[in-house]
Amino acid sequence: MTQTEYLIVGASHAALSALQAIRMQDAEGSITMVTRDDALPYSPTVLPYVVSGRSAPERVALKDGAWFEQNKVGFIRGAAVTKVDAAAKRAKLSSGEEIAYGKLLLATGAAPILPPIPGLKDVGFHVLRTLDDAVALNRALPTTKQAVVLGAGLVGMHAAENLAKAGAQVTVVEMQPRVLAGYFDAEAAAIIEAAFAAKGVKLLLGAKVSRCETAGQGARVTTDNGATLDADLLLVAAGVAPVTDYLAGSGVAVDRGVLVDDTMRASADGIWAAGDVAQAKGFYDEAKTLNGILPSAVEQGRIAGQSMSGDAAIRPWPGGVPLNTYTFFGQQAVSVGSQDAGEVVRKEADAQHYLKIVMQDNRLAGIFGINVPFDPGVMWEIILRRIDLAPVREAFLADPQKTARTIMSRTWR
Amino acid sequence: MGAFNTIAFKPEYCDGCNACMTACATAKAGNSDILNSRIQIVADGETFELAMCRQCADPKCVANCPAAALAKNGADGVIEWDGTKCVNCLLCTVGCAYGGIVHNAAVGHVVKCDTCDGDPACVKACERGALKYHTTANIYNEVGDLEDLFVPGLAGCQGCNTELIMRHTMRRIGPDSVLAAPPGCIPGMGSVGYNGLTGTKVPVFHPLLTNTASMLTGIKRHYKRQGREVNAVALAGDGGTADVGFQSLSGAAERGEQILFICVDNEGYMNTGMQRSGCTPFGAWTSTTPVGERGKGKTQDAKNLPLLMMMHNCEYVATASTAFMEDLYEKLDRAIDASKRGFAYLHIYSPCTTGWRFPSAENIEVARKAVETNFVMLWEFNPRDGLRLSRSLDDARPIDEYLNALGKYRHLEPEQVGHIEATLHKNVELIRGFAEGRRHAMA
Ligand SMILES: Cc1cc2nc3c(=O)[nH]c(=O)nc-3n(C[C@H](O)[C@H](O)[C@H](O)COP(=O)(O)OP(=O)(O)OC[C@H]3O[C@@H](n4cnc5c(N)ncnc54)[C@H](O)[C@@H]3O)c2cc1C
Repeated sequence: MTQTEYLIVGASHAALSALQAIRMQDAEGSITMVTRDDALPYSPTVLPYVVSGRSAPERVALKDGAWFEQNKVGFIRGAAVTKVDAAAKRAKLSSGEEIAYGKLLLATGAAPILPPIPGLKDVGFHVLRTLDDAVALNRALPTTKQAVVLGAGLVGMHAAENLAKAGAQVTVVEMQPRVLAGYFDAEAAAIIEAAFAAKGVKLLLGAKVSRCETAGQGARVTTDNGATLDADLLLVAAGVAPVTDYLAGSGVAVDRGVLVDDTMRASADGIWAAGDVAQAKGFYDEAKTLNGILPSAVEQGRIAGQSMSGDAAIRPWPGGVPLNTYTFFGQQAVSVGSQDAGEVVRKEADAQHYLKIVMQDNRLAGIFGINVPFDPGVMWEIILRRIDLAPVREAFLADPQKTARTIMSRTWR
Repeated sequence: MGAFNTIAFKPEYCDGCNACMTACATAKAGNSDILNSRIQIVADGETFELAMCRQCADPKCVANCPAAALAKNGADGVIEWDGTKCVNCLLCTVGCAYGGIVHNAAVGHVVKCDTCDGDPACVKACERGALKYHTTANIYNEVGDLEDLFVPGLAGCQGCNTELIMRHTMRRIGPDSVLAAPPGCIPGMGSVGYNGLTGTKVPVFHPLLTNTASMLTGIKRHYKRQGREVNAVALAGDGGTADVGFQSLSGAAERGEQILFICVDNEGYMNTGMQRSGCTPFGAWTSTTPVGERGKGKTQDAKNLPLLMMMHNCEYVATASTAFMEDLYEKLDRAIDASKRGFAYLHIYSPCTTGWRFPSAENIEVARKAVETNFVMLWEFNPRDGLRLSRSLDDARPIDEYLNALGKYRHLEPEQVGHIEATLHKNVELIRGFAEGRRHAMA
């Protein structure tokens, strides 16, 4: 049986960030990383570009074999953890191998949700979460004439754009009344929707798929308002859920994700969780939520690694802030913070530009822009530090980028 | 991996001329539109702030990149962007809290500083010295492989400059040495040992304050008689050098003993509770020159110890500061060499976070200000060439910049500042005189 001081399950952002943090503190302790993918570490976020062909699959690896060697890490790929025994501190792999660990990090991320649509299981469809998924979609592109995408979140919208660019007629079906509802309000979404409409992408908003069936080589999708859509390619992008199946019976407390405290410790001794799989406190609201975004996975992974290796410089998780950047048809949309944790103090929109600032008691709660430059990382820090903007309020509203840079340079340069 | 070169910004020298931005835009985009500049100076009323890539050690832009398009170069520390891998997702801009990587709409992708391959255009364009390209890192890389001759975990105060001096100097002097550490912070932080274990990896002894130089003399002569080449080194505080230790020091210098005597000058007896010494400057608070209703700090000027040593006509005398490490290392090399022929004396200024009352993170900054205001002058001397300035005394910064950085001067009244200025002026003229005298003598 393999023995390891640190066992890291997963090989994506949370896992890699934890590994780096552990090595900063503990240069020698044995580390084993296990991932169910049979590939070098890569990011799910890059996959839309693998679909489009912009990124070659063999050029997206975040780390290579030499790096694992340098960091003295045993890297096991193509094997999933199927069971965890928290009391005995052992994990079982799909290969049959068992690993005894001192400390365990769960960084298994999330996987696509398949909505309970009658008939969905019987038709051929795609999802997009793994490199294999992306390569399959990329292969299907040239022969796709009519594509239907279920869900107008980031994954669905990225895919829709690429499908349209490849020449397919694309329809996106979304239950919410607008696209990217998690990140943008109606006016902002309208700019994005217009860009898609201009490229011939159909958006069926506020519509729910009620039935799927096989039709010829493809699928026929029926919505609750009676529309029927034929698709030679069906992509299900209706959200994701944390991957926790292997924890059944382990005694690790799981709600929607693995429940963790502010240092990413799970309920069982010697186990931590980080990234999309973890359910940690929110920034605006102490309740534990999922915040499945890449920057959170990086932060949480680092905190977990510091906690696991006893790094005294650890700073507890400040709480998840929803944020994202979204590039569509060459335009830039940025969303940092909460739409409703305060009052809107500036908002303006035209066909090409959009800017909204939300503040609570002179503290920044959120800032949202399309084709308006500001530094999302600086804004995030201003939110996290709860910086009192009263002395510069007017300047901030007039020129958020410049004022935020000044605050940055003065406060944490 | 080692230390890296870096672009440093001093806002107090910046006048917002934007020449750096124009130069960067020209170098990187081929036009002078400052929107294309990867260094952004932001005016904030009368002062100027900076947004630019810090080339972080543990870069979040890299961790946030899903496409492996960003990587820190292990050789020069620069975070490199690979346009053939970038997917324009902008997540790097979420990771960066410094505005150091930014989407440039004109070119359609993110841009960041690449230090122009080690020859930054912005720095060359800055006439006011607000931007500097620090290459000091080269030294640390050079000496990084030399053995640190002190154990880890010496109990110096947080941010102690003296510990830095001890480790750096002994590293360079090397293991064929005998070290004398008379009473002061240097033995106090554990270099001479605790509980029967030594904190130094070379033979070390703890002389009296009064006899450091004479004990070293004996040891050096003994080894010479045995035919062994050994560096006899003293690391002494200013009290142990200038006051109690001066008699034996003066004798050894006058006799030309082959010793390297390093004075670590923190301007007082800091180890024993921050009492004044002969090197404590006028006006400074110490526990024996208190500040209250009547007392206003020290009422006498400091003695100029390095000049006194120069007047012994030693084989080598120099002053140095940890804010100017290239200079310090060059002098150290010359001092080591000179100590094989005669007496070498190196006077290193060592700001004391605890005794001078300033935040521990600012030690090097304080050391730098001391030099830039001419409060401390960097020069060296040997009997053949006389005194030579290591750094111009022209264009000094106002002395307030130094005094205001230190808690020990917080109480100063205008007359006292006037006195300090007058003394400083006199000292500058004195050193200038020696430097020019040298030129005369050589002409
Ligand atoms: C198409 C797409 C686009 C996206 N775009 C963005 C975006 O623009 N911005 C953003 O912030 N986020 C985006 N995301 C989300 C982002 O990719 C995730 O938040 C991030 O990857 C989470 O990292 P993680 O390490 O927690 O988990 P994941 O990246 O999901 O990695 C999980 C790892 O665990 C492994 N694993 C899973 N189960 C097991 C098991 N049982 N045993 C062993 N190994 C296992 C997997 O192989 C993988 O290595 C996008 C996601 C997708 C799919």
